Amino acid sequence: MNPRNVGEIEGASGVGEVGNPACGDMMRLYLKVEGGKIVEAKFRTFGCGAAIASSSMLTEMIKGKTVEEAQTITNQHVADALDGLPAVKMHCSVMAEEAVKAALDDYREKNPA
Amino acid sequence: MANIFFDHISTTPLDPRVLEAMMPYLTERYGNPSSHIHDQGQQAVRAVDAARVEVAGLVGAKPQEIVFTSGATEANNLAIKGAAESRGKKGRHLVVSEVEHFSVLNALLPLRNRGFEVTTVKADGDGKVDPDDVRRAIRPDTVLVSVMHANAEIGTVEPVEEIGRIANEREVLFHTDATASAGHIPLNAGTAGADLVTLSAHNFYGPKGTGALVVREGVRLESQIDGGFQEMGYRAGTENVPGIVGMGRAARIASEEMGEWARHLGALGKRLREGVASSVEHLHFTGHPTDRLPGHVSFWVEYAEGESLLLFLSVHGVMAASGSACSSNLKGRDEEDLVASHVLRAIGVPSDICTGSITFSLGKGSTGQEVDHVLSVLPGIVRRLWEMSPTYLDYQKKIQQGG
Repeated sequence: MNPRNVGEIEGASGVGEVGNPACGDMMRLYLKVEGGKIVEAKFRTFGCGAAIASSSMLTEMIKGKTVEEAQTITNQHVADALDGLPAVKMHCSVMAEEAVKAALDDYREKNPA
Repeated sequence: MANIFFDHISTTPLDPRVLEAMMPYLTERYGNPSSHIHDQGQQAVRAVDAARVEVAGLVGAKPQEIVFTSGATEANNLAIKGAAESRGKKGRHLVVSEVEHFSVLNALLPLRNRGFEVTTVKADGDGKVDPDDVRRAIRPDTVLVSVMHANAEIGTVEPVEEIGRIANEREVLFHTDATASAGHIPLNAGTAGADLVTLSAHNFYGPKGTGALVVREGVRLESQIDGGFQEMGYRAGTENVPGIVGMGRAARIASEEMGEWARHLGALGKRLREGVASSVEHLHFTGHPTDRLPGHVSFWVEYAEGESLLLFLSVHGVMAASGSACSSNLKGRDEEDLVASHVLRAIGVPSDICTGSITFSLGKGSTGQEVDHVLSVLPGIVRRLWEMSPTYLDYQKKIQQGG
């Protein structure tokens, strides 16, 4: 149990927050984008083990990817990278997908093309 | 690595003396009590009868009042459905508490579908049921009241004697589910006014797959399994002879040693409770502070989710339980099965936090060193989860801003 990239990024290029503690889990994803590439990704998550694992895996997957590449990541990619998740835990990977989409939306809003 | 089992409320290890008693009935004594003209069958009959005496002794019942079942779930089903069906002509109303086990609550669903009405009595913030609420809930057409003896998740012991007295006065059957308490704290079916009592062998160092329903003399139930005439016609099917023998031995051991266990567990539980209270901030104990199972310590921690607490504890060799939303039904069919614990909701644990309660339940073999190990790792685990949690971060920023 050693989740990677826990923390926050000061002055992040994009921040995405999804979920709700009332539903049992919540994730906040911080991205640092340079030259259209994600150079750093950190997260804070309140949730079960699968939620923390999905958050950690997502940050590992998107580091080094371009914004366009990261946009195409789906929850299935995250679940597959974790060697699968039980049916009742698939929503944890959905939260990871939603978090990266929300953080990228935030990035584009702050950096209109 | 440590290997600390603080989850005795889910099950207990088999006492070696129980295994020893069972072994002959798993090997050379294989008779069926229903075929008893020969020696093997006779041995089986005698073994089951001897176990009946021991199990009856644990709860102050008569041997002929013990109906062996496959466990507590079957016993609860037999009690609830069996009593309702048997008394359906007198009335079609039942009273239960909201903190009952699923095997009581879900046994009510088919009855509701057949026109029975159910009044659910609330528990207070400590998980206690008020006997006066039970009194008010009883109607002229009420046939059964069911309130558990102790709650597994939060440890609270219910005032069953007062509730039993009220039910008896109103001539309503009283069932109590003693799965979590039997063998750990005294229970006398007579003084509790209980017509029906559910028992589970594996919760007091006996084998899994064996339980019993105490059916007091004069009480009639509809059998829920059709077949032969075993167990006075209340439970068809060849008896689980080794399991029953094991339950009998476990009941005798518990009757003799319960007081000693309770003293040991009381002291360890106090040490654990005081230790977590002084080392973990934002911690809220659940259940009644004093009327609780010995060696049962349950709480929830703000900004830390229950299942991740369990996971990190397990990495440190500590096995505990949680009633959290996420861990309650890992094998569920879909996400709809991930509902927050009805017990935690009942006692008012804020649903906007929807965090999990941690239940440490110690056993007769637990030691002070094990308690100290848990106390040495828990604060660090909580801190680590807080550092990971966006909600804790927000809380800290609020504090810094003087809000």
